[in-house]
Amino acid sequence: MSSTTNHVGKAPSRVEGPAKVTGAAKYSAEFNVPDLVYGYVVSSPIAKGKILKIHADKVLAIPGVLQVFSHENVPGLAWFDKSYKDDVAPGGSPFRPLHDDEVKFSMQPVALVVADTFELARYAASILDIEYKESTHETDIEAKRDDGHEPGKGKTGYKPPVRRGNANKGLAKAEQHIKQEYIHGAQHHNPMELFGATVHYHPNGKLTIYDKTQGVYNCQQYVTKVFGLSKEQARVVNLYMGGGFGAGLRPQYELFLSVLAALELKRSVRLSLTRQQMFSFGHRPHTLQTVEMGTGPDGALLGLKHSALHETSRFEEYTENVVNWSGMLYKCPDVHLNYQVAALDVYTPLDMRAPGAATGSFALEVAMDEMAYAAGLDPLEFRRRNYAEEDQNENKPFSSKKLREAYDEGARRFGWDKRPMAPRATKEGNMLVGWGVAGGVWDASMQKAAAKATITADGKLTVSSAAGENGTGTYTIMTQIAAETLGLPMEAVTFKLGDTTLPEAPVQGGSWTAASVGSAVKSTCEALGEKLLKLAQKLGDSPLKGAKFEDVEFVNGQIRLRQDHDQAVVLRDVLQTSGEREIEADSSAMPNPLTMQKYSMHSHNVVFVEVKVDEELGTVHVSRVLNVVAAGRILNQKTARSQVLGSIVWGISMALMEETVMDHRFGRYMNHNYAEYHVPVNADIRDIEVVFVEEEDPHVNPLGVKGIGEVGLLGVAAAITNAVYHATGKRVRQLPIYLDKLL
Amino acid sequence: MNPFTLTRAESVDAAVRDFSGHDSSAYIGGGTNLLDLMKENVARPTHLVGLNKLPLTSIETTAEGGLRLGATATNADTAWHPDVQARYPLLSQAILAGASPQLRNMATNGGNLMQRTRCYYFYDLATPCNKREPGSGCSAIGGYNRIHAILGASEQCIATHPSDMCVALAALEAVVHVRGNGGERRIKFEDFHRLPGDAPEQDNTLKAGELIVALELPKKGFEKNFSYLKLRDRTSYAFALVSVAAALELDGTTIRDARLALGGVAHKPWRSPAAEDLLKGQPATEATFRKAAEASVEGAVGQGANDFKIELARRAIVRALKQAAAGGKATNVFNNSNP
Ligand SMILES: Cc1cc2nc3c(=O)[nH]c(=O)nc-3n(C[C@H](O)[C@H](O)[C@H](O)COP(=O)(O)OP(=O)(O)OC[C@H]3O[C@@H](n4cnc5c(N)ncnc54)[C@H](O)[C@@H]3O)c2cc1C
Ligand code: SF4
Repeated sequence: MSSTTNHVGKAPSRVEGPAKVTGAAKYSAEFNVPDLVYGYVVSSPIAKGKILKIHADKVLAIPGVLQVFSHENVPGLAWFDKSYKDDVAPGGSPFRPLHDDEVKFSMQPVALVVADTFELARYAASILDIEYKESTHETDIEAKRDDGHEPGKGKTGYKPPVRRGNANKGLAKAEQHIKQEYIHGAQHHNPMELFGATVHYHPNGKLTIYDKTQGVYNCQQYVTKVFGLSKEQARVVNLYMGGGFGAGLRPQYELFLSVLAALELKRSVRLSLTRQQMFSFGHRPHTLQTVEMGTGPDGALLGLKHSALHETSRFEEYTENVVNWSGMLYKCPDVHLNYQVAALDVYTPLDMRAPGAATGSFALEVAMDEMAYAAGLDPLEFRRRNYAEEDQNENKPFSSKKLREAYDEGARRFGWDKRPMAPRATKEGNMLVGWGVAGGVWDASMQKAAAKATITADGKLTVSSAAGENGTGTYTIMTQIAAETLGLPMEAVTFKLGDTTLPEAPVQGGSWTAASVGSAVKSTCEALGEKLLKLAQKLGDSPLKGAKFEDVEFVNGQIRLRQDHDQAVVLRDVLQTSGEREIEADSSAMPNPLTMQKYSMHSHNVVFVEVKVDEELGTVHVSRVLNVVAAGRILNQKTARSQVLGSIVWGISMALMEETVMDHRFGRYMNHNYAEYHVPVNADIRDIEVVFVEEEDPHVNPLGVKGIGEVGLLGVAAAITNAVYHATGKRVRQLPIYLDKLL
Repeated sequence: MNPFTLTRAESVDAAVRDFSGHDSSAYIGGGTNLLDLMKENVARPTHLVGLNKLPLTSIETTAEGGLRLGATATNADTAWHPDVQARYPLLSQAILAGASPQLRNMATNGGNLMQRTRCYYFYDLATPCNKREPGSGCSAIGGYNRIHAILGASEQCIATHPSDMCVALAALEAVVHVRGNGGERRIKFEDFHRLPGDAPEQDNTLKAGELIVALELPKKGFEKNFSYLKLRDRTSYAFALVSVAAALELDGTTIRDARLALGGVAHKPWRSPAAEDLLKGQPATEATFRKAAEASVEGAVGQGANDFKIELARRAIVRALKQAAAGGKATNVFNNSNP
């Protein structure tokens, strides 16, 4: 009998879908615990200076207002910076809310008003009189062009800029040469769900903290260190998330403030930020990049320089890998990459979906298009000619790389061979039509993760790991992996996540959840399987006697010999005759340092785009996008596709409309709401198609997966920019491509 | 947001009386703008007079053959009303180019006229703004002013009126019926909104406590040759950078009558009598349209980030007039998509 319990690689719908669409799924600020009081954050109107005085008397006199927390009355908390450092903090000295009278950035939280109702807290906050003394701020990265520095250590995962050979010499040999600057402004993550927390204060003084976060352990660690609590005193839970995109990687100030208020008032507290306040913390930094490259007679890249500069805060040194991708996406002997940051009076930037790569691939891939035209080559052909067979940055082979296959598949499906080389060659009514191509490379990472599995006598399996689910499909793919490993239907499996009472998992970021938690789930279910096999062998006339674990497989609710499927026992019989009420196993998975040393592990993609430009009016419409992704094994065709669809929409957003604009006179982002910070609506999105090329990778991790949360974003903005050039002959080098850039 | 009391008036008289019976009142229609302003503490009324029980939702033909739109009819009901669609398709198109279906289902016709500017600084109490706090200064001048005015601005304020509906109402020469303590009066649409001058806090000529009860459309609806063209930073659900309401009455290929109003460029829907005169009696050709476009932006001044609007307005006018002449059909599927 063929297997009905093969789930991995199929396309099951989200297991939490019904809970989400019926409202049963609870988000952090939705837990209704008894006797809640409500906090409202007061944000600084100035970008830099001192708080002279907080006149709280009038507000405190309002019946129902419980407290106004500020640096004037916050109790003594942890002293050293290291207590405030979270798992993914960059170097420096983390921002401490309500710590002292210093204002370090505009919209800094300066006070928390707590009242019986949300409305009262909000009103009280609106009339809270705070005196400030302003000092001069600097917020403009353009003014810091000559004032950047190469970061010291950088945060975990940061790689210093690569240099090899002699780029100047390489460029001197080139027959064609380009050098251009590429710019994009700041962007904010803006997930739909606002950051918020509900802290349940239990009578015994313990806290259950429902927080919007991509890492419950990261938050627990922060809270226990900062407030001097034991782990038992601070349970952190996040079951669902209305989008994170990196905004929830680090503990946000709603966590600090709500825990502070709960501990001080000995009450349960809820706190939710406003949409405007969603612009008050991390962001994708405003980045200035220059790319220079040159080619020889056959279109070979002879030299490449890529430099980038973006802001960080005065207190932390934020880094992301912007330029290094340029040393590995194409073959080039002489490469000089340069990466700098400059400190400004802003909040520390924060990883936002494909941090650095979304940015770096924009500059590199537009430059590649410019270079292709300078060399008189079709942009895809130019990329093929410079295909990197190995990772030259690290001098290692790729564990797998099917980018060439992705080029072939994409070109075929898109009809790329029909593309005229010359710009402005195709017109449809008022519209100029253009086609562009671009792509990217992203890390296939893995982190240590643990899991636990329990099977009960009725054959129901519960697997748990404190992973995150920010809408990516974690619940579903873990359920698939667990069910398949033990030969069960998906309905028999429950996966639990997002709770510090469960085994530890890393923050949900870096596209590593599938690899890390997935591998832990697999190995845990295998550990449970070994126990089940032993029990099965104890059955009276067990056909599995003497079989090793490698000799059996778990399929269709049975344990059977791989070589002889008739030699099988029914799992439920094993459980019921075992006399045990439940059987448990735990295990963990971590990356293999040996394979990591040997191979470069990366996912790749290539994006083909068609735009239609109304030249008179400057409007750009992205009429077709095809994103071909090579990211190892695809665990769930449906949720994986959704990830890439979302990435494409994001890329369209980045290319055409998304930008947080600061007025440097105030050091303040001005379009801080959804009406004026534009992300695409349905009408902006037309035909989009996602294709995964088959990529078997025996090295990357036991599951062969590379993660698809971020790679799909790469190249989208560049491909659109390149298509706009192809349509109009106009080369835009600053995003977003607002209509006025084409007038 | 202030604590406030709310009453729901059942008659126009009761509403007007209730308004003046309190210190700091505001009428509330759909609340799609007022509530946001209250949450941002830009508006701080302590009493709200709810309008949604008023008998002002009807849309009826007038004795003169025009159409009377109740002030509390929703934008959606107005846009989809068969008489509006058949006789004033320009108005329907303009309404549907604005906001989103959800907002249009809540927003009322009266509220649409009274909605306030989307100037970033107006909404942010951390920055000076003459419209919000007279005398404090205009932050948009010398600041981020991509969405600001190129026509009729003053040194005190360069804000725009954000409505799409009002651009069509201006072109159609609607009349606003208002009721105050002193009885009812009628205001010509061009006199309803004002330029900022040195009193930018006053968006319009409505007196305190006056209630809009209806909008009256004259008989002539330009239902054959019209176009509402809206240009914005995304395809839907964004305010206009520049919008054009164009309406033509053609005699063969000669323009007998013409109306042209611009949105997104001034403190009020912008009409240029000179531009309309350049159209009347002329052949409906691109050359004619260009002359009108030029006249429309006569005297336009950019503020830096919005300089592009001058050229964009010219081109948009020509395009809208072409579309109008072609019988209201969008010549470009994307431009007028109103999902
Ligand atoms: C995100 C967003 C996007 C939008 N996009 C667009 C767009 O693209 N184009 C566009 O045109 N509009 C747009 N709008 C604005 C929307 O059209 C207006 O908010 C709406 O028309 C206001 O109507 P309302 O009934 O909700 O007014 P309310 O919010 O109830 O009131 C607004 C003002 O009008 C006053 N008022 C209301 N009724 C009367 C009356 N009968 N007499 C006197 N005063 C009255 C109120 O006191 C208040 O000052 C958008 C709004 C939002 C929130
Ligand atoms: S343009 Fe008008 S609304 Fe905007 S800041 Fe200036 S005064 Fe205020």
